Amino acid sequence: MNDADIYVKLTPIFHSVFDDEDIVVTPQLTADDVNGWDSLTHIRLMLSVQKAFNVRFAAADIVGLKNVEDLVRLIREKA
Amino acid sequence: MTRDLFAELAWLPEPPEDISAQCRAVAGLAEPGAVIRQLASYALDANELTRIAKAIGRARADERPLAPLVPFRLGLLGNGTLDLLVPALVATAARYGIALECTQADYGQTVQEALDVSSRINRAAPDAVLLALDYRALPLRISPGATDAGIEAAINHLATIRAGFREHSGAIPIVQTLAPPPEALFGSFDRVALGTCRRVLDDFNRALVETVRQGGDVLLDVAAIAETVGLAQWHSPAQWNLAKLPFADEYVPLYAEHVARLIAALCGKSRRCLILDLDNTVWGGVIGDDGLDGIRLAQGDATGEAHLAVQRLALDLRERGIVLAVSSKNDDEVARLAFQGHPEMLLREHHIAVFQANWNDKATNISAIAEELSLGLDAMVLLDDNPAERSLVRRLLPQVAVPELPPDPALYARTLAAAGYFESVAFSDEDRERAKFYQDNARRVTLQKSAVDLASYLESLQMEIIFQPFDKTGRARIAQLINKSNQFNLTTRRYTEAEIAEVQQDQTAFTLQIRLIDTFGDNGMISVVICRLRSAGVWEIDTWLMSCRVLGRQVESMVLREVLHQARRRGIDLIIGQYRPSQRNDMVRDHYAKLGFRLIKEGPDGSEWEIGTNAIVPEAPMRVRRIEAGLVAV
Repeated sequence: MNDADIYVKLTPIFHSVFDDEDIVVTPQLTADDVNGWDSLTHIRLMLSVQKAFNVRFAAADIVGLKNVEDLVRLIREKA
Repeated sequence: MTRDLFAELAWLPEPPEDISAQCRAVAGLAEPGAVIRQLASYALDANELTRIAKAIGRARADERPLAPLVPFRLGLLGNGTLDLLVPALVATAARYGIALECTQADYGQTVQEALDVSSRINRAAPDAVLLALDYRALPLRISPGATDAGIEAAINHLATIRAGFREHSGAIPIVQTLAPPPEALFGSFDRVALGTCRRVLDDFNRALVETVRQGGDVLLDVAAIAETVGLAQWHSPAQWNLAKLPFADEYVPLYAEHVARLIAALCGKSRRCLILDLDNTVWGGVIGDDGLDGIRLAQGDATGEAHLAVQRLALDLRERGIVLAVSSKNDDEVARLAFQGHPEMLLREHHIAVFQANWNDKATNISAIAEELSLGLDAMVLLDDNPAERSLVRRLLPQVAVPELPPDPALYARTLAAAGYFESVAFSDEDRERAKFYQDNARRVTLQKSAVDLASYLESLQMEIIFQPFDKTGRARIAQLINKSNQFNLTTRRYTEAEIAEVQQDQTAFTLQIRLIDTFGDNGMISVVICRLRSAGVWEIDTWLMSCRVLGRQVESMVLREVLHQARRRGIDLIIGQYRPSQRNDMVRDHYAKLGFRLIKEGPDGSEWEIGTNAIVPEAPMRVRRIEAGLVAV
């Protein structure tokens, strides 16, 4: 799976978790850019991503994420 | 892909593609309660449940009424992160017709919440309080060899909390059994050795259940739920470490479903009547076609045993007070035959309160059953293997619960049990007596004229009917239908494949193999027609048969339209139809009369009918496709 595929697959997950169909998932996107991205929705996002990509993140993986680019890299490594 | 029965609530229908758009549309409704309940009735994941909970929250904020949802206030406290749980609980409760308001205690504040009159939960005066505590929350001493594990102290600790809430808020406490983590210390010996986690939690659970049995609080058997899905699935160390989730997030919908069932049971919303389909549900095969000896019910036959398991579960449910009824598309006599005369049948007529075997639509029959038993439609469950029947009943009678069923009948009983329609918080003598009260009659209710809107349902099926003359590819299936169909079969003439090849070659004959496709997929070949030239300008319908699976779809009208159309093209003016009674085809006695034929002859061997080829036959809501094999002039 290449990065472009990962972004395509991430988009509906973001839309679903944040209940906002207008979110454009870009590498630079961070929690500050999205309405309602708090610690709880962050957990929901991580759980949804793990389920959709059939990957398992360790706690240490998740703590280090700065933006979507990091998340995509993590998915690529785990997939 | 097969859905996981428990994690994905596979007895509920899958949500439609546009579920998020439908959830958004709720914001525009003045009275959104019924729509919210309908949306919540799908198998939803945690994100979708959250979306519905938000829609409910918005309706509350705008003071839009949530009726017919009934309000219920739940206090919630526990030792893990419950925030993910709250929206799932609110949305799942709507599935059961409940407008749930959750009040959450602060993290870890269990005893203070219970004993302080002015705590957040006590001030909210909830109807029930859910003590979502797991094995990490209680003062148990888990240490191998310890002779006193502190079970009594832990039970007393819980008793203090329960009494506190009862006294200060009047709420009914809901307590949980503890699911043991899968990590063993010795191995199998863990259950024997004092002080091991498994042994201590076993003992604790037993003691807790005893307090519930004596004290009247409500039990949520989390240990049973976790064991059902597997302890190693239930407990996720990663998610506990990361976010203090008390169990794996995958099971949030299942946990919420179990809590909502308990609340529904407390509100008296448990279902009380199980309506059984017969063919391929209660037994394998179609009794009208396969005969009493042909249906599969035998011990030692895998299919037969699967259906016997359905019967056994139905009988067990009856023992605990659930009323049984039958709704089947069959001749009444033929269907009862199995109940009266089949040696392997567990269900007998005296177990069935109302027995509706006829050819009317199931929605009308279920309404009649509900009325006869003086139960609401919301007390009814229909178990039926046929997805089209399930869809029809869900659409026309949304109050009736209709579980989805997997393709393998071996899982029918498990699926019905997993759906938890008959959740109960008590088992009284009255329940035990109820079965007797309804027994012995297997009565038949005369139907009022169909009150349901079938037309719009048929539209929704997006049917396509495909007409094609006999050909080599279809021959084996044509032969099978000709030799097996008994019920919808006007003349019951049997032909070999060679004879079928012959009629295909016969330039003066006209043949049709008919397929039907709908939203559920391709039903395959469902009807066969053979017309032979009787005299100049006159066809006789030698064979007309149809699979009973597509009854009530108006396929017959469309077939007649096609026969008339093709007859006109070939210069035929008149069609003759015959009804030749067999033991099994009573259901088509009036077939030709219903289609507008004129009776010309009637006797002990049957009847003969005619219709002119320019007769007008009403069109049914389906697309027509013709596959032609070169027009042959007569």
